[in-house]
Order: sequence, then C-alpha cells, then structure tokens
Amino acid sequence: MLCLSVVTMTTEVGSETEVKKDSEQLGPDKAKDKPEEASETPENQKSKEASSEEAQDSSLPEPTSQSSPSSQKKQKASPESKGISRFLPPWLKKQKSYTLAEPKDEPKKKATGEEQVIEESESQTPEGVAQPRKSLEEAAENHHNAKADDKEKQSVSSAETPQLVKEDGKEMEVEKVAEKKEENEEEKEKRETKEVQTAEIKTDDIPQKSPKKIKTVQCKVMLLDGTEYSCDLEKRAKGQVLFDKVCEHLNLLEKDYFGLLFYETSEQKNWLDPSKEIKRQIRSLPWIFTFNVKFYPPDPSQLTEDITRYFLCLQLRQDIVSGRLPCSFVTHALLGSYTLQAELGDHDPEEHRRDYISEFQFAPNQTQEMEEKVAELHKTHRGLTPAQADSQFLENAKRLSMYGVDLHHAKDSEGVDIMLGVCANGLLIYKDRLRINRFAWPKILKISYKRSNFYIKVRPAELEQFESTIGFKLPNHRAAKRLWKVCVEHHTFFRLVSPEQPPKAKFLTLGSKFRYSGRTQAQTRQASNLIDRPAPYFERTSSKRVSRSLDGAPMGISDQSLRDFSATGGQAAGDKIIDTEAAGQANLKEGGREDGSPVKTPQLELTQDGKINSLRVDGENIYVRHSNLMLEDLDKTQDDLLKHQASISELKRNFMESTPEPRPNEWEKRRITPLSLQTQGKKGDHIFQVKTLPGKEKQWIAMPWIDGAKPEETDKSLEEEITSILFSKEGFGASTRGPFAAASPGPAEGAAGEQTGASAAAAPPPQRHASRAEGPCTGVSNADKSSHETLDIVEEKKQAEFGIEETVVVDETNKGKMQVATDAGETCKVEHLSKKDSSSLPSDSSSSSSSSESEDEEVGEYQPHHRAIEEVIREEQEEEEDMKRKEHEEKIQHVEATPEGSKLNVPVEHTQVTAEDLVQKNTVTVATEEKKLSEEVKQDLGQEKEEEQLKLNGDVSHVDIDVAPQLICCSEPPVVKTEMVTISDATQRTEISTKEIPIVQTETKTITYESSQLDGSAGGDAGMLVSAQTITSESVSTTTTTHITKMVKGGVSETRIEKRIVITGDADIDHDEALAQAIKEAKEQHPDMSVTRVVVHKETEIAEEDEE
Amino acid sequence: MAGLGGGPAAFGRCTHAVVRALPESLCRQALRRSAGPEVDFARAEREHQLYVGVLRGKLGLQVLELPADESLPDCVFVEDVAVVCEETALLTRPGAPSRRKEVEAMKRVLESLNLNIVEMVDENATLDGGDVLFTGREFFVGLSRRTNQRGAEILADTFKDYAVSTVPVHDSLHLKGFCSMAGPNLIAIGSSEAAQKALKTMQQMSDHRYDKLTVPDDAAANCMYLNIPSKGHVLLHRAPEEYPESAKVFEKLKDHMLIPIANTELEKVDGSLTCCAVLINKASEL
Repeated sequence: MLCLSVVTMTTEVGSETEVKKDSEQLGPDKAKDKPEEASETPENQKSKEASSEEAQDSSLPEPTSQSSPSSQKKQKASPESKGISRFLPPWLKKQKSYTLAEPKDEPKKKATGEEQVIEESESQTPEGVAQPRKSLEEAAENHHNAKADDKEKQSVSSAETPQLVKEDGKEMEVEKVAEKKEENEEEKEKRETKEVQTAEIKTDDIPQKSPKKIKTVQCKVMLLDGTEYSCDLEKRAKGQVLFDKVCEHLNLLEKDYFGLLFYETSEQKNWLDPSKEIKRQIRSLPWIFTFNVKFYPPDPSQLTEDITRYFLCLQLRQDIVSGRLPCSFVTHALLGSYTLQAELGDHDPEEHRRDYISEFQFAPNQTQEMEEKVAELHKTHRGLTPAQADSQFLENAKRLSMYGVDLHHAKDSEGVDIMLGVCANGLLIYKDRLRINRFAWPKILKISYKRSNFYIKVRPAELEQFESTIGFKLPNHRAAKRLWKVCVEHHTFFRLVSPEQPPKAKFLTLGSKFRYSGRTQAQTRQASNLIDRPAPYFERTSSKRVSRSLDGAPMGISDQSLRDFSATGGQAAGDKIIDTEAAGQANLKEGGREDGSPVKTPQLELTQDGKINSLRVDGENIYVRHSNLMLEDLDKTQDDLLKHQASISELKRNFMESTPEPRPNEWEKRRITPLSLQTQGKKGDHIFQVKTLPGKEKQWIAMPWIDGAKPEETDKSLEEEITSILFSKEGFGASTRGPFAAASPGPAEGAAGEQTGASAAAAPPPQRHASRAEGPCTGVSNADKSSHETLDIVEEKKQAEFGIEETVVVDETNKGKMQVATDAGETCKVEHLSKKDSSSLPSDSSSSSSSSESEDEEVGEYQPHHRAIEEVIREEQEEEEDMKRKEHEEKIQHVEATPEGSKLNVPVEHTQVTAEDLVQKNTVTVATEEKKLSEEVKQDLGQEKEEEQLKLNGDVSHVDIDVAPQLICCSEPPVVKTEMVTISDATQRTEISTKEIPIVQTETKTITYESSQLDGSAGGDAGMLVSAQTITSESVSTTTTTHITKMVKGGVSETRIEKRIVITGDADIDHDEALAQAIKEAKEQHPDMSVTRVVVHKETEIAEEDEE
Repeated sequence: MAGLGGGPAAFGRCTHAVVRALPESLCRQALRRSAGPEVDFARAEREHQLYVGVLRGKLGLQVLELPADESLPDCVFVEDVAVVCEETALLTRPGAPSRRKEVEAMKRVLESLNLNIVEMVDENATLDGGDVLFTGREFFVGLSRRTNQRGAEILADTFKDYAVSTVPVHDSLHLKGFCSMAGPNLIAIGSSEAAQKALKTMQQMSDHRYDKLTVPDDAAANCMYLNIPSKGHVLLHRAPEEYPESAKVFEKLKDHMLIPIANTELEKVDGSLTCCAVLINKASEL
C-alpha cells in the first residue's frame, strides 16, 4: 500500500523581507538581545516581536529596559544599563543626535563644511573641541530620543508591519516604509542602543552630561609583515573593535580567517575573543597583540582576494621560519623561491647577486646550500606575477602535513607526552612527530573540558557498540580551556554552515558558554563572493610595507567625527542611505565602543564605499551567533545585502541539495525531519510538507525554550506529544533539539525527571540493539552514561536515520561519511527517544547543565553535531506553531502520553479518522498523528512513552514502530515493525525487530524536501492565530487535507497552508508523479506562496515476518 | 622538481631502480618467519632476473644492480634499507641486526645519484623499508617486529612535508606484507583480518580518502606501481599461477599495464615484489 501524504505549508509573511535580516546584521546588538531574551524568557517566541521591537526600542533606552524583560542581559552585564540612554555619554549619543536630531547636528556639520570635510576636521580636532558638540548633541538627543520613542511607538503600534515579525527585518521594513530619515533615526537609535550596551560601562564611569574623556588604552598590534600598528582604544572596547580596526588598516575584507593573538606568557597564546571586552581578556597593561591567521583555509585558491592570500603567505612564511610548519629542504627551497618571485619579481642577474637572498629567511636553519637552491629555483619562475607566485606558494604550502594544524601539548591517559593538533578536518594526535590517531569532526560527538582535562567523545567505530570518551591531560586548566575553545571554533568554522547558538545560561549551569560567534567558512566564502572592489593595491615588500597610504588617514582621530560622518554621509547619500547607514552603523558600533578613543578615519572612507565589512560586533554576546548572518550584510549596500541574502539562501539550498561539506549539517536537519516523517511514516503516509519559513533563525533560538515551557504548561501527554512532535515535525528540530537540550537546560527541566526515567527505562533495550551490531545505538549502553550522552546519542541516531532514509530517497554520499556508523535501527531508537523525549530531553537538559557552561568555565562542553541547529530550530518553531494550532484546535490528540504500546496493530479504520484528524492534525501533522497513535496504542506495553508512531494512513493496515528498539525491549509480543530505513540500511533495521512475534513489516520511506530559502527571521515566534481552517477532500485514491493557518506575528501576518495528501494504492503507483503533481497543484493553488517543505512518506507493506 | 613530489599526479614516477643480486647464502641463512620449503636458488635467480629485466627492459628504468654479498643473506631485499622520496633518501637501520650492513652498499649507490641522504644513527631506532607505505600524500609506517616508534619518528623528521602515521602490524613481517599502492590513489589490500584492520587504521588516520583494491591473498596485495611516462600506469603483480584469484582482481584494472611476475622462491623467505627494488625518481637536472 502506498500512502502519499503531502503536507504543504506555505507561509506568507506580510511584508517581511530578507532585508530584515540585514537589519539584524546591522544591529548585532539586537541579535544579542534576542538570543538573550530567548535564553531568559521562554516566551521569547512571542516576545520576538517584542524583542525586535525591543531591539529598536533598545535604542530608546528607557522603554527598552523597562518594557522588555528580555533585554535584561544587558542589564545583567551592567545593571545600570537600564537608564543607559540617560547616562549615555555624549559622544555615544552624538551619532543619534546627528542622525536623529539632524537639525542641530547638521548645522554644526554644515558649518564646518561638507560632512566629510567635517569629519576630517573633527577627526583632527582634539577631543576638547568635540566635547562642546557633544553637549549640544546631548541636548538634541533628548529631543531626539523623545521623537524616536514616538516613532518607535508608532512602529510598534503598527505592529502589523513586518517589523515585529522578524527581528532582523524589523528595522529594514520599517525603514522602507518610513522615510529615510526616520530610518536613519531608527537605525541610529538602534545604534545608540547598541552603543549604549557597549558603552554601558562607560556610562557608569562618566557623569551624565559631563563630557569626560573616555579612558583609552594604547594598543599595539604586530602585523604579519612585521610592522606595528598602534591605536588607542577605549578601555572597555571589545575585541572586535580592535580587530576591525586592524583589518581596516590592512584593507582586508576576508578577515574571518584571521584573528588577534595575545600572549599570557611567551608560550601561552590566546585568541582575543572579539565578543568580549579586551580588558577582561588581557590583564596586563601593555596591550600587545599579534595579527595572525586563525583558520587556515584548506584551499587558499578559493579565497577571493589576492590581498588575503598575501597575508596568508606572510603567515605561512612566519610559520615556516619559526619551525611551526615543518618542511623538507626541497620544500623550503621551493617556497623560498616563490617568495622571492613575489617580493622581487623575476630574477635579474644584474641586480640579484649572490647575497640578495640572504636578506630573506626561508627556513629555521638556512644554509648556503638552501639559498643557492632558492636562487636556482627563483630563476625558473620567470614571468610569474606576485599574485601568481603567492598562489603557487600556497598551493605547495597547503599540502604540508602540518598546514593549519594548531598544536597543543598534552599527555595521554598514561601520562605520555603527546600533541593534540586541531585542524580543519578534526583533531590529530601526535606523539613526537608521528600521527598516532586522528578524529575527524564527524566522528567526534562531544568536546569538553574539566579542569585541566580535555575530553572528546567519539562515535563508536564499526563493530563497536559503544561510544568512547577519550581524555587528555593538559598542562593546566587554562590550556584545557584554550584547546577546547580552539576546537569549538575550528569545528564551527569549518564544519558548520552557520555558527552554533551558544548554550543558554541557566541557573545552576556550569561551564563555559563560549561558542564561536564569527562567520563560518561557508559564510565567509559566501560573503566574499560578493566582494566587489578593484583589487586593492598593496605593497609586498614585507620589510617596508606601509599600508597607511591606503587608508590615507592619520591613525588617531576621534571617533566622533567618524560617527558624525557616517551619519551625515548616510543622509546625504540619499539613495544609498541604507548602505551608508549600514556602514555607518557599523562605524557607529565601532565608534560607540571606541568612544572617546581615537578612531581611524579610514573607516569612514571605507564605509562610504560601502565595502567595509562591518564588524559583526557581537557585543559581548557570545550568544549572538544568529546575528552573524545578519551581520555579514552590514558592510554591503542594499543590493549587496539582497544578493548576499539570496546567496545565503542559495547557499543553504545548495547545502541541502548537494554541497559536500556543509551537508552534514543539513543531513542532520533532514534527518531530523525524517524523524518526523518517520513518525508520520509509521502512520503510513507520505507527507509533503511545504513550509515557508520566515527568517527564523533568531527566533528559533528562543524556540527550544518555548518548547520546554509549553510542555510543562500543557498536560504531560501534550508535552510528550509536543516534544515528539517537535522532534518529528521539526525534522531538524529533533536533532537540533538534542543539541539544544544539551545546550539549554531550560527545556530539559520540565521533562528532565521524566526523561531520565524514560531514558533509564529505554536504556536497556537499546543495548540489545547495539548487540545487533549497530554501533551507534550505543544509546543503550550510553544509558549508563550521563543523560547528556543520551541526548547526544539521540541526535546522532536521528542523524543516522536521516542519513539512511535520505539515502534511500536521495542518494547521498554524505551518509557514509557522517553516519555511516549509525544504524537505522538506532535511528528508530532515536526517534523514540526523542519522542520519549520529554524524558530524553530532560536528561539532556541535565546533561546540558553540565554541558552548558557557567562562567566558571571550569567545564565546557560542545557537541559538534548540532550544526544544522538553526534551521532545525526554525522548523521547530513552525512546528511549535503547529503545536499551538493543535492546541487551539483541540487537543483531540491529547490522547495519551502513554504512547508506549509499541505494538499495536492499527486498525484500518483509523485511516479515515486520521484523515479527519489529519485535518486538524495537519497543522500539527505529526503530533496529532502521534497522538492518535498513542491513543490507539495506549494499550501497549509501553514502558516507555515512545509514542505511537504507528499510524495508519488511509489504508495502511500495518502500523510501524520506528521505535522498535525500545519497543522491543519493553514491549511484549506482537509488534508491528516499521521499516523506516530504506534499502541500504533496511537490513539492519529489520534485525531490530522484536523477537517475540509475528511482525508485519512495512517499508516506509520518508522524504523531506525543504526549501531553505527563507532565512529571514522567522515569524517563528508565537504570534497570534488569526484563523485556521481545514479542508478535506477525498478523491478516489487520494485524500487531501488542507490546513490553513493565519498567524500574526510581530505585526506580520503569515499564512501557512499545510496540505496533507494521502495517496493510497498499490505499489504500482508512481510516487514521483504523484508527488510532483501534489506539489504542482499546491503551487498552482497558491502562486503567491512558497513551498517550504515537502515531506514524503512512503509506506509499503512488505510482508509479514518473524523477527529476525 | 617541484616540492611535494609535484602532487599526486606524479605519484609513481621513477627513473631509477636499485636492486641487488641474491647471494647463495639466501637459501639457508635468510631470515624467515617460519620454516618451510627450501628455496630453489636457481629458480629464485631466474625470477629475479626476470623482475630486473622488466624494470630495465620493459619499463626503461636505469637499473643499478648491486652485487650480492654472501655475508648478507637478505641483501636482495633492498627496499628495507632505504626509503627514497623525491630527492631525499633515508638509510634505515633495519630491525634485524644481521641486515644492518646492507645499508653500506646502498648508501654508496644513492650518493652516486646525488640524493640528499639521511642516515638513521639512533641506536634505539629500527626501521625496515618494508614497513613504509608512501601513498603520494603521506606515509604510513607499520610498527612491527622490525620497525619501532623511534624509527618512524626519524622517518617523520626526514620527510617533514608529509604526515607520518603509525600503523600497528600484526601477523605479518611488514606493513607491506599485505598492502601496497596499486595506483595514485589506490591501496591494494589483502583480505586477512590483520590487513583489513590495518587498512581501517590507515583510513582513520588519513585526511584523504583512498580507493582500495581488495585481493584475496595478502601476499598478492604487495604489488609494484610505477608511472612511466611512455607507458602510463604500470603494475607489477603476482602471477596468476601463484595467486589466481588475486590476479583476477588485478586484471580488472583497465587503466593499468599489468605485468605478472612470479616470486615463488623469494616468497619463501618473506620476500615480496616491492622488497627487491628501491625506486627513485631522479628529476632531470635543473
């Protein structure tokens, strides 16, 4: 029997546009706020609007602080922040004042002359001169603020507008709608808020209206070419400020590969965290940093700009000379010859005498012989341009085995000295010079540290059943943490599509919340594709390089001018206002942080160009990861932004479709989806879910919490269902969830108790599975382990499942990579786990507590596989929405939480019921189904909650149990076995079956298609359910259920249509055709909507078998 | 010329081969892991001559043949005493004390080729070239009875461009007793448990993904791949008379010029195809 269920979810977001994202990007602070909110307030979803508003509001100090509880983090950081606006130093306000209080400020500016001129003049002018302005500005600000408030309020009142809906989008949309000036103002306001945040501390120090000077600290940065860059930084400036200054100085756009190092001791180097205040990272006073490559691109030829390659070359030359990058004699000579070619050009016998080479150092131990060889090879490079020579240099250097390997001293469990090398592909273990082991990122499930120990939890190898945790002893706690952070960063940068959300801080949580907050390689590549500037000129003479000329501006200029400039520039720009604004904002941000400290003029220029990459200032948040995407766009003009967004969405799509590297993430996502599908599948339907997801990212973050919260609110049964639903529906969500759970204790709390119990119960069965030879299944074995592990496992399993399923559907190579180890059976388990989830989740949460780190940082955990999380999250939101809907609709489904009965035969009757239910369910789809199942199933053995995955769709006579493993364990005789897995894995799956009884085997295939395009922040938040209707039609063999839901989120109305189409027939039905038709119809019916998600679940009755 | 061997494309290139005649003492005194049938010296010599003939005649290599030394019964297995990669040669310190003097002759001949020579002088180090598998991208060094960690370290120090990963070897004299490179990205591997286990280890240790060619017989997995400009991929493998099933596997390699070589006699003393030659790619002078 074939059941095709097509669920089409379409979401229309009113006026939301990707632009919103931009706005978010522009305002990292907002992003921060959001995440924070999420973490703090479970209601975040709902509050998203608020948050977005808040973000805007935040610009308005008072309202923000008071109105939005969620914004508290800032407050946390500094309690005083609430009143910040008042206390804001004049300079901070200036920006606003300029923009906002155009009249006042402008006159000043005008008086000086053109804006730019003014800026320059300002920059040149001593602070003292500037101060008066500030005071004026302040006065103006007050007015402005008042105005701003009004405006904001208006905007808020007009909540209908998309702004609210998407955090990111808010501003943008508003801006569009509103006059440019207003936009500017708003932005400025935002900026202000942001600035305020950054400057909060400052505020404290500084009396309200007194124009005190900000304390500044002189920074020195050693550049790769050996020159030194120095500047004054405001004492409380964050690392990003300095980093961006340096990059500007270097005229470097592809800066995500780089970072700033500082040395605690001669040996201990630390990366300056851009999201934290410098002074909190570097204790001793001379602030001296080294500009270095942080992430060595595995393929330098993919860098966009020659200047980036040049810096990479400089870094590698240092690495080579210092011995960090060992080379053979021949390679030394070859690389040296390319260096000569790049630096000196063609060999000139006249000019290049014997000793010309001696000025250069090519190797730690340079010999006469080597120099001769270098000279010899140099002659052969005739005609290579410097850029070509650099490229050749890199092509050879990248093949060196230690290229990009960051080594850390450690001892193994037996006290033997080893080195741990972190690189793009994973973790390498060296003993002396020998590689004795290697753990590729996909193989690592968790990275953690505790005191001076560093742990990795590794996926079980083939033929192994259990995960293993490997511990290393680092010299000290700091070293362990440093290694952990480097691992987190490398994993995120090289393996994830987008940075992972930092774990939410919960009370009682321990450990570091650190997460990489910059752009990932995928993102930076995407971004750098948009770089559109003539190749910047730069001098290569390493010894003489002077980049100042590029900037053309003196080093130290008061930022005020900058701010003013940017602001004015924005206004003046007219059309380009947005761009400029963006740039301005960036500047502003920088400036804000820098306030009081001199700012480089160069930034201004850059900003004008719009090419400057705005700093994705994370503010202090480590949490801001979502903002990254948004932030990326800051530098760019609208067009760029749009392109960028588009490209991002494309990127995602690509990932979804075929991109090799990123896939894993997506796979995970998919896997997750599959889970949902599976649940559905159990029911026996092919479900196509088309969802348009509005920018969900940020909101999503909040989601997990919400989920957790909701369950608590609702009945336990609901909880379970929900959780299960989330997992299943979310598809992504499930997998993500796990991570989330781990990351965020919140959700776990509610369920924790239950989950733990459940997990415990479940644990035994899994082992059985494991025995089957499924390595991944370890879950069971894991049971012994901490709850955390369970969660992790679950995720993994899910992934595995996905992989399998997808494999079936799609051919995927990835599968092999990622989850080869995982078994289908496990996956099933996973699902169950997830469903059980509440229990499992809780366990996770508990684990999460351990994982999520408090600031003690004594402990840190990081689960590498979460990647896809964001997307997942989105789905989750949607799902959540679904959930809500469900709730609204009625909880018919509430059936029971007792889903455990794994074994039920689902009566055919249900099918019809399902159809009906489906209608309602459709929105909820999975969940409802599950519920139904659960109802039916109630009888079950059910030790566990695994719910009912059995579903009958239309005809399906057999119920499948994905959960099989657990079920098996717990349940008694008659079991219906579901084959989630397709072909490849099927075998394993089958094995899973229960021993006891005749099983009806059903082959279920679930395919999920999801359009990634909608990156926007999603409407994901709660929103209001305006209307929901369900339409059911039935044709001969097709049952179509349509569910329409209108939600108002943050002022944006979103219409979501889910269609579930159940096609029943014999095996000869052409699924593909049916599916295509269904999608086509859906599109035709709703031309203005986009298909977000298609889930296909195919269930085929294979035969009855006994358990294997 | 170029560093790092010019990349994988150049893998297997070679211009010279160093071989050594077999001494009569081999029949009775050569080291062997287990007692077995006696070596038929005449036949062994014939097979060896055939082997050298292929290298010299058929493949056009410059073959440098060292004379046999009766005091060194294992001297025909030149691979164990030198590891040559690009312009650098590491003279090993063979695990079997009786073989250490084999290095001297090898040193002389390699010096004559103007290679950068590195000698393993550490008395705690042992390394047999038969434990060294160079894939074109990295080295795998089998830790066996003949090769120890220190030897591997010295190898790593010698060939710094490449990752050197260690692979525990059991149930075989050498790592290459059950595996070898059969192409630029292709590892020939035996079917025994030990071989498969070693392969797994190698796969885990490598950032690169190799194709594998699994042959039923471990001994047959030792084949000799060369990349000869005029011939393309050339593979010397064990003759069908010896290992018919494995030969069938090799015959599936359509892109390779396959040359079956019998090695029945030397195999009795743990000799393999790769054992009997050191291949050198001597770049034309700049």
